[in-house]
Amino acid sequence: MPDGDLLRVEDVAIEFRVHDTLVRAVDGVSFRVRPGSTVAIVGESGSGKSVISQSILGILPKTARIAQGRLLFADPRAGETQVDIAQLDPRGEAMRRLRAAGISIVFQEPMTSLSPLHTVGDQVGEALALHETLTPAERTERVEDMLARVGFPDPVRAMRTYPFELSGGLRQRAVIAMALICRPALVIADEPTTALDVTIQAQILKLLQDLQQSLGMAVLLITHDLGVVANMAEEVVVMYRGRVMESGTRDDLLRRPQHPYLKALLRAVPRFDMKPDERLTPLREIKPETGHLLAEQAPWTPEADAAGPLLAVEGLTRSFVTRKGGFFAAKTENRVLAVDDVGFELQRGECLGLVGESGCGKTTVSKMILRALAPDSGKVLFNDRGTIRDVHAMGPEDLFAFRRRIQFIFQDPYASLNPRMTVYDLIAEPLVIHSIGDEAYRREMVAELMKLVGLDARWTNRYPHSFSGGQRQRIGIARALALKPDLLLCDEPVSALDVSIQAQILNLLKDLKQQLGLTYLFVSHNLAVVDYIADRIAVMCRGRLVEIAPRAQLFKRPVHPYTRALLAAVPDPDPDRRLDLGALMEGRASKPEAWPMPFRLDGTAPAGLVDLGDGHRVRARQGASIDQILGRSAA
Amino acid sequence: MLAYLARRLLVMIPTLVAISAIVFFIIQLPPGDYLSTMVEELLAQGEKPDGDRIRMLREQFGLDRTPIEQYLHWAGGLLVGDLGWSFEYNLPVSQVVGERLVMSFLLAFAATLFTYIVAFPIGIYSAVRQYSVGDYALTFVGFIGLATPSFLIALVVMHFSNVWFGAPVGGLYDPAYAEQPLSWAKFVSVLGHIWIPIVVIGLSSTAEMIRQLRANLLDELQRPYVVTGRAKGLTEGRLLFRYPLRMALNPFIADIGSILPKLISGSAIVGVVLSLPTNGPMLLRALQSHDMYLAGSFLMIEAVLVVVGMLISDIALALLDPRIRLGAGSEK
Repeated sequence: MPDGDLLRVEDVAIEFRVHDTLVRAVDGVSFRVRPGSTVAIVGESGSGKSVISQSILGILPKTARIAQGRLLFADPRAGETQVDIAQLDPRGEAMRRLRAAGISIVFQEPMTSLSPLHTVGDQVGEALALHETLTPAERTERVEDMLARVGFPDPVRAMRTYPFELSGGLRQRAVIAMALICRPALVIADEPTTALDVTIQAQILKLLQDLQQSLGMAVLLITHDLGVVANMAEEVVVMYRGRVMESGTRDDLLRRPQHPYLKALLRAVPRFDMKPDERLTPLREIKPETGHLLAEQAPWTPEADAAGPLLAVEGLTRSFVTRKGGFFAAKTENRVLAVDDVGFELQRGECLGLVGESGCGKTTVSKMILRALAPDSGKVLFNDRGTIRDVHAMGPEDLFAFRRRIQFIFQDPYASLNPRMTVYDLIAEPLVIHSIGDEAYRREMVAELMKLVGLDARWTNRYPHSFSGGQRQRIGIARALALKPDLLLCDEPVSALDVSIQAQILNLLKDLKQQLGLTYLFVSHNLAVVDYIADRIAVMCRGRLVEIAPRAQLFKRPVHPYTRALLAAVPDPDPDRRLDLGALMEGRASKPEAWPMPFRLDGTAPAGLVDLGDGHRVRARQGASIDQILGRSAA
Repeated sequence: MLAYLARRLLVMIPTLVAISAIVFFIIQLPPGDYLSTMVEELLAQGEKPDGDRIRMLREQFGLDRTPIEQYLHWAGGLLVGDLGWSFEYNLPVSQVVGERLVMSFLLAFAATLFTYIVAFPIGIYSAVRQYSVGDYALTFVGFIGLATPSFLIALVVMHFSNVWFGAPVGGLYDPAYAEQPLSWAKFVSVLGHIWIPIVVIGLSSTAEMIRQLRANLLDELQRPYVVTGRAKGLTEGRLLFRYPLRMALNPFIADIGSILPKLISGSAIVGVVLSLPTNGPMLLRALQSHDMYLAGSFLMIEAVLVVVGMLISDIALALLDPRIRLGAGSEK
C-alpha cells in the first residue's frame, strides 16, 4: 500500500431497508487504521459505529448493504495488496479467507457470542482449523498457548470447559483468544468491556493492550465510553447519526474538542474532579415544574424527624440455596450468603449511593427493603412520620399503606413499562391501586407528573413504544412519584442509557429530590455516577458492606482495599489521568480472603465495621486499631 | 450417572403403581361390566340370555368380587407378566395383542421416520430462506396438512387410490395373509400397503414439525454466536449445521417421550378408517365393550412407554447438551 495504511475506509455509506424505504445508517464515513495502532470509534447508540465494524467483516445484517465507498484492506499475508471489502461477496471464498485470519472481532456479550454447546477449546481452535493446516496436536498446542496468553490459569483444563462454567471476565478472555488465535492484522473490538464490571473491565483493557504489543496487531475499538477511549486509543473518530463529527489524535480531541457534539458529550460525562456545585450539561436540559397537587405534601414535623432516620437497615442477612452438581451426579446443596449483616441508615432528604459489582448483593438489599424478599435475619425500620415501623413485621393492611411510602425506579426502561398500556394508564395505575382521588384528580395528577419530568402532557394517550429510552425512564420516574412517596429506590436507573441522556436523568433526579424533599437509595455499579448524585456512599463486596462514608471523604481517602481497587479501575476521559493498569490487583480485589491485613476475611477472625470518625466506617478484623487500618504503623 | 439412572428407575416404580390404579379406576367408571354389556346386546338382538351361564361366567371372570380384589388380581398378574384374560376374544390378552403390537410398532416407527426425513430438510429450508417463494409455498402446504384432519386425508387417499389403481387399500397386508404368521411374503405385502397409512399419519405431524423447526431455527439464527461463527470464516452450510441447528434440536429430543406412547394408541381413527390391524382400533373396541383387562393392559403398556420415553429423552438431552449435564445454574 502506498501510504502504509492497514485499513482505509473511504466515504462509506450503508443503507438499511426498513418497510420498503431506505435508511442511511452510515453516511460518508472515512478513516484509516495504521498497522499496529489503536483507533477508537466513539458514539452513542444509533450512531452507526457497530454497523461500520460489521461492514468491515462482511457480516452486515441481510437488510443492509454498502451503498457507496471503499473499504480497502491491505492484507500483510498477501504482500499488502489492497482488497476492497465493499466489492467482495460476503458469502464468497475471498471474504471467508479474510475473516479471523486477516480481520477478527471481539463482541460485547461474551455469553451469547459463544455457543453453550461447544467447549472453549473447540470454539477457539475452530478458526485455526479453518485457516491453517496443522496436525491436531499442533492445533491443541496453539490453542493452549493462546489461552495461557489471555490469562487462563489452567489452559489444559480450560480447553474442556464450557462457556457457562466460566465467570464473565474469563468468558471475555475466551472470546479474545478466539479472535486472536490466527494472529490477525486487525482486531475489531465492539464494546469489548461494556458488559463487564469496572475491575474486570480494567483487566481486559490491560490484556488487550499487552496482547496488542506482543502480537503487533492493530485494534479498531468501538465504544461509547470516553474513559475507555482516553486509556486505549491513539486516534479517535467521533460519530453521531451515521456521520463522522470529528477525528484526530486522542490528545487533540479530548483536550481541544472542536465540534459542538464532542464538547457537549464531554460535558455530560460525570467526572471525579467535579466541583461540589458543578452540574452536568446534557444535550437537552429538563426543567421540572411542580404543580399544586404534588406540592400538597404534609410537612414533616420536628418530632417526626426526631423519631429516627427515615430508613434504618439493621443486620440484614440473606442466603440463597443453589443446587450445584451435575445432572447425573447427586445434587449438593450449596448455601451462598448473598447479603451478610448489612446495616446502614438513611436520613430524610439525603441520597445514599450503594455501590458494588454484579453479584455483590446490592439488588438483594433493595428488594428486602421493599419487602419483595424476606431476610433470614435482620430488620428494616421505616420512619412513617414519627412512628417507627418494622417493614417485615407489618400485617397485610399496614404493608399496603406502607407501599405508598417507598417507590422503585427500575434499570431497564423497556422491560419495566407494559407495552399494552398507555402512558396515562401507566402513571395512573398506582393511584387506581390505592384508590386515590377520582377521575378528574387522576387526570390532573398525571398531567402534572408529565410536566414534572419534562414530557408533554398531550402525550398521555401514546404507548411506550413511541418514546425513546430516556423518555421511557422519565415515564418510570413519573409513575414512581404518583403516590408522593418519601423514599425512592433507584436500581441502576441510568445504566441502560446513553451518556447525554444519563446526564439529563441524573440532573432531573437531583432537581426532584430538592423540590419534592425526596430521599434516595441509589444503587449503581458506576462510581462516577454515584459520586455525582449521592451525599454518602456505601460500598458492598460479596454481600458485605466494606466501607461507608460521606461522598467527598470516600473519594479523597478511600481506606478499604476493595474501594481503592474500584476507584482505580474507573477510566477517566481525561488523557492525563490514565488508568494505572499495572496497579490493579489482578482480580484479587474482590476476593475477601486475598485482602491485605487487617481487612482479610478468611474465617479465622470475626470482622465488623470500625468507625474512623466523620461517619466514615470500614470493615476490618476485630481488634484492629485505627492506625493499622489507616496503614500508619504497618508501613 | 449410574446413581442417577438407579434413582430414575426407582422413581418409575411408584409412578407406574399409581398409573395402574388410576387406569383401573377409570375403566371401572362407566356403569356395568363386560357381561352386563353383553346381556344388553343380546336383549337388543331379541335373544334371551341364559341366566345360569351369565352367573357362571361372572364367577369365572371374577366380576362378582369387589373392585379392589379385581385390581389386586390384575396388578398381581401384571407383575409376573400375565396381562389377564380378554373376555371378548376369549384368549389371554398377550395373545390378542401380540401381532398387533408388532404392526403398530412398525407403522409408528415408519411414520416417525417419514416425518423426520420430510420435515427436517423443509424446516431448515424455510428458516434459512425465510419469506422466499419456496418458504411461502411449503408453508402453505404445511398449513393445509395441519388443518386437515388425518381421517379425512385417509378417506381421500383411499378414494383416489381406488379410482386410479383400482385396488382397495385398507389394511396393512393382503387379506390372504390375515391369519398367517409373519413370513417373508407377508412382509412384502405389508411393504406394499404400509405407505398409505405412513403418509396419512405422518403428514399432520410433518406439518407440525416443519413449523416448529422453522420457528426454533429462526430464533437461533439471530443469535450472536452465529455471527461469531461467520466472523471466523465458516461457510454458511457448516455454520448452520454446527451451531444453530444443533441448538434447535433440543425440543425434538425432548419430544421422544411423547412419540413412544403414540406407538400404541396414536391415530386410532385413521386405523379404523383404513381398517388397519393395529392397536388403536382394538383399544377403542375394548373400551366400548368393557373388555377391561384388554383395555387396561393397553393403557398400562402405553404408560410404561411414556415413562421409558421420558427417561430416554432426558438421558439423550443430557448427552447432547452440556448445560443440562453439568447443571448450569445461570444462562445469562
